[in-house]
Amino acid sequence: MEPLDGNAVAGELAEVFGTEMTTFTAICGSCGQTGPLAEVSVYPAQMGIVIRCQSCTALLAVITRIRDISCVDLMGLAALEPA
Amino acid sequence: MAGTAVQRRLTWTVATVTGDVRETPSVRTLQLDVPGWAGHRAGQHLDVRLTAEDGYSAERSYSIATAGGEPVAITVERLDDGEVSPFLTDDLQVGEEIEIRGPVGGYFVWEKSSGGPLLLIAGGSGIVPLRAILRERARSGSDAPVRVLYSARTLPDVIYRTELDGYAADGVEINYTLTRHQPPGWTGFTRRVDAALLGEIAWPADGNPLAFVCGPTSFVETASQALVALGYTPGRVKTERFGGIGGA
Repeated sequence: MEPLDGNAVAGELAEVFGTEMTTFTAICGSCGQTGPLAEVSVYPAQMGIVIRCQSCTALLAVITRIRDISCVDLMGLAALEPA
Repeated sequence: MAGTAVQRRLTWTVATVTGDVRETPSVRTLQLDVPGWAGHRAGQHLDVRLTAEDGYSAERSYSIATAGGEPVAITVERLDDGEVSPFLTDDLQVGEEIEIRGPVGGYFVWEKSSGGPLLLIAGGSGIVPLRAILRERARSGSDAPVRVLYSARTLPDVIYRTELDGYAADGVEINYTLTRHQPPGWTGFTRRVDAALLGEIAWPADGNPLAFVCGPTSFVETASQALVALGYTPGRVKTERFGGIGGA
């Protein structure tokens, strides 16, 4: 499956965080790749959305939603900061 | 959190379809009336949610097709195995309502202050946010020089063709490449977008151009990597890969 990018989850993230997130700078905790959240790899799946580093493919974050409650786990991000 | 003023969070709202345009046999533009719409920026998108009677719902993100200050519209391409797009292109009637959330996104956005020279590269319906940018440029009175490269399978698949050709008189160079079938006498490009083609039409990197690339993932990867290889600053090659969350 070809990944999408962070633009595809802009709405989901805005709803969760209450602000526009795709221009935030994301730093991969595995390889240190640094760039806008819009440029991460996004793999949509039935169970949730998987976000990976576009450079090293390490798992950065997972968003799951159950009964309209979104759960965001930013497990692989070293930092997520306003640009 | 008690007692603090809370900024209104982005949430789902009901939009009414106020008009439509059949762009191609498989592509339709829907004009939307959204109560309380706070305005959008060229290149942003919105999410559409359809909910079935049994409660099953599906969401997709669509680029807004209009400039900031213009009424909201989305242009949708039908994916035959899609859960959402066939409803939007074929079943939804003018006057009916859909749930939307937006505007969203702030990365793949152009405003007059963003400047140029601009290089806009589209694969298929990836032209939609780039059309919003071209409209924004015209509305804002920007004189940023623009080159467009639009890859489509055939000429009838080209969306907004009349409008795009109209920009040619205003400092916009429009290049088409038709990758599957060309009409007799076609003088445009016929190849897939690759490093060689971009080498021919892209602004030289020394002018510090600003590029926007939108299309299917593999198209975007090829084009953006080629631009960086041509010397473009990676941070000035903005990309958006389309496809629906969850499939189509």
